[in-house]
Amino acid sequence: MTRTRMTTVLLPILVVLGSMAVLLLLAGTNPWDPVRTIVEGSIGWPPFEGGSGRKVGDTFMLWVPIALASAGLIVTFNAGMWNIGIEGQIIMGAIAAAFVAREVSVSRPLLILLAILAGAAGGMLWGLLVGVLRTAGGVNEIFGGLGLDFVALSITTYLIIGPWARSGVASTSGTNPFPDDALLPSLGGSKLSPLAIAIAVVALLGVWMLFRGTLYGLKLKAVGRNRPSSFLMGIPTNRYLLGSFMICGALAGLAGTSQAIGFHHKLIPAISGNFGFLAILVVLLARFQPVWVAPISFFFAMIAVGSPGLSLRLDLHGSLGGVLQGVLVLSAMLGLGWAAYLARRRATAAAESSNE
Amino acid sequence: MSGFLNAFGQMFDTATIASIVAGASALMFATMGETISEKAGVINLSVDGSMMLAALAGFVVAFETDIVWLGFPAAAAVGVAVALLIAFANIKLSLNQVAVGFVLFALTTELSRFMGNSYVGRPPVAVPAWDIPGLSSIPFFGPVLFQHNLIVYLSYMTVIATYLFMYRTRKGLELQGIGERPEAAHARGILVNKLRYFYTALGGALIGIGGAAFSLDVKLGWSDRPTRNLGWIVLAIVIFGGWHPLRAAIGVLLFGALQAYAINLIPEFPSLSQVLPSIPFPAMILALVVVNWKALLKWLDRYPFLRAILRSDPPTAIGTPFEVD
Repeated sequence: MTRTRMTTVLLPILVVLGSMAVLLLLAGTNPWDPVRTIVEGSIGWPPFEGGSGRKVGDTFMLWVPIALASAGLIVTFNAGMWNIGIEGQIIMGAIAAAFVAREVSVSRPLLILLAILAGAAGGMLWGLLVGVLRTAGGVNEIFGGLGLDFVALSITTYLIIGPWARSGVASTSGTNPFPDDALLPSLGGSKLSPLAIAIAVVALLGVWMLFRGTLYGLKLKAVGRNRPSSFLMGIPTNRYLLGSFMICGALAGLAGTSQAIGFHHKLIPAISGNFGFLAILVVLLARFQPVWVAPISFFFAMIAVGSPGLSLRLDLHGSLGGVLQGVLVLSAMLGLGWAAYLARRRATAAAESSNE
Repeated sequence: MSGFLNAFGQMFDTATIASIVAGASALMFATMGETISEKAGVINLSVDGSMMLAALAGFVVAFETDIVWLGFPAAAAVGVAVALLIAFANIKLSLNQVAVGFVLFALTTELSRFMGNSYVGRPPVAVPAWDIPGLSSIPFFGPVLFQHNLIVYLSYMTVIATYLFMYRTRKGLELQGIGERPEAAHARGILVNKLRYFYTALGGALIGIGGAAFSLDVKLGWSDRPTRNLGWIVLAIVIFGGWHPLRAAIGVLLFGALQAYAINLIPEFPSLSQVLPSIPFPAMILALVVVNWKALLKWLDRYPFLRAILRSDPPTAIGTPFEVD
């Protein structure tokens, strides 16, 4: 069973990657070049040996928000919710962490702890808001979330050109860098922060545990599969939906915190890096399995760090990486759908022949 | 306070109203397309991306051939292709429409950036202006409605045609039937899934034409992600409009008015010049939130007249595949 499922996922991906390679060949580019540029520009070539420590650190530090957001989305997806508001939750986490980093002055460990807690709380509140709109207001979470994404983005832009404007000229390039004390401690010469990595790993493990061995996770899944029957079985469905949004929001807020005090070291308008939407693709490709989220997130982080090199070296636009991600997820989805369709057809054919 | 009022006062000159009407064409087409598609039961969540890729296709074809009108069929073809993929994944493979739509949104957006990169900043091609003889000289209505170009006039006609088709023809009734009660439609001998393919494709074509209307008429030329977020607004307006073409058209004009108002506010609040243009996006979606608020709807139920105007119920079978047993 597992083997057939592996081939049904891998075969369409290989076919599509093959046809992309042919297209690149026709366009006069060696298809190996972009792959190598992305790997070389992120973890180095040969991997983890040839590259600069700075880039490897960047790759891991972008893995953190993608993995955190994906971990959160697994929770909301299992509850049957499309949390498109995750972008806003990442942004509000970043804003809350930035607030602590800018305005609070205590000893360094306490400051970082406070920033992390504030980030999680900021994302959680923004997630809760989507959930309240959904449960109390009957507003579809896709649109409530999208609206709150726009609101969060407007708040960031306002803060950056308004109250938190860079000293001297206000510009959309971002705030002043945060004080050194507020930044996540990192390994020398790179942004790689063991603390951030540890938080992301714990989050992934936690989500895996949640759906592997807890009653809460089981009930959440039941709510996602069939809300009316779960309600009749005595599960307070709305409370569980709100819970899933709060968990996802908190994890997204941590992703924003890592972006703010771990990667950019200041607040910028594009602080979310679009990683919320990217995480939706990760989770769809990982088929909601935390185990697969880790490697896929890492691959996507490599693309994020490595693809700017495409335009410098090969004169290909950096969005090729994004195209690759979209093609991967779409082909895996259609491949699985096609396999399931064939299985259904075989099953009905078998049922009909046994009837005769 | 007076700042808000000043900017509001400026909303009522003929030129501003005319520019709102002219600028609405792209959203009009796309909104009608999405309304038709959802009415048939298929949500095309990819609008934000497919409109963008279609806008690129329209511009590229018009630019390379130097014939502006050729851009529209090219853009429509892109919209149809994406829509058919969603319909196929949902109808044939029983995949989740929202998931496939979202992935296609991401993919088409990135494709438009990748393929459009070499067209950034190329000289624009524009739909030529054409005043309708006679009608354009009517005071007020002339400049507001009839001093634009063929694409803008076509956008009004599309709205009217969608409305008449949906609510005044037999085929339109079938369209509503396959989105509301596919089983009943099937029992009456209507080919539900075949029609769903057709109407999703038709909706996709209109979404594509909306994209071309943007790059060839509303904001000329190509830049990185020119139609960004407009597709999400389309999806919101369809709900805001309660899946009714005329109400959706009002939603489009309302969004245009909000945008014009935000621009008018900039001279009054220069310090917010970076934030104001983006305010209509959350404002529109929050308007949707209010309109859909359960408590408000309950209150509306007491006033049948208001309910008919404001309440919006989605097509019952929206988002669910229909399978013949």
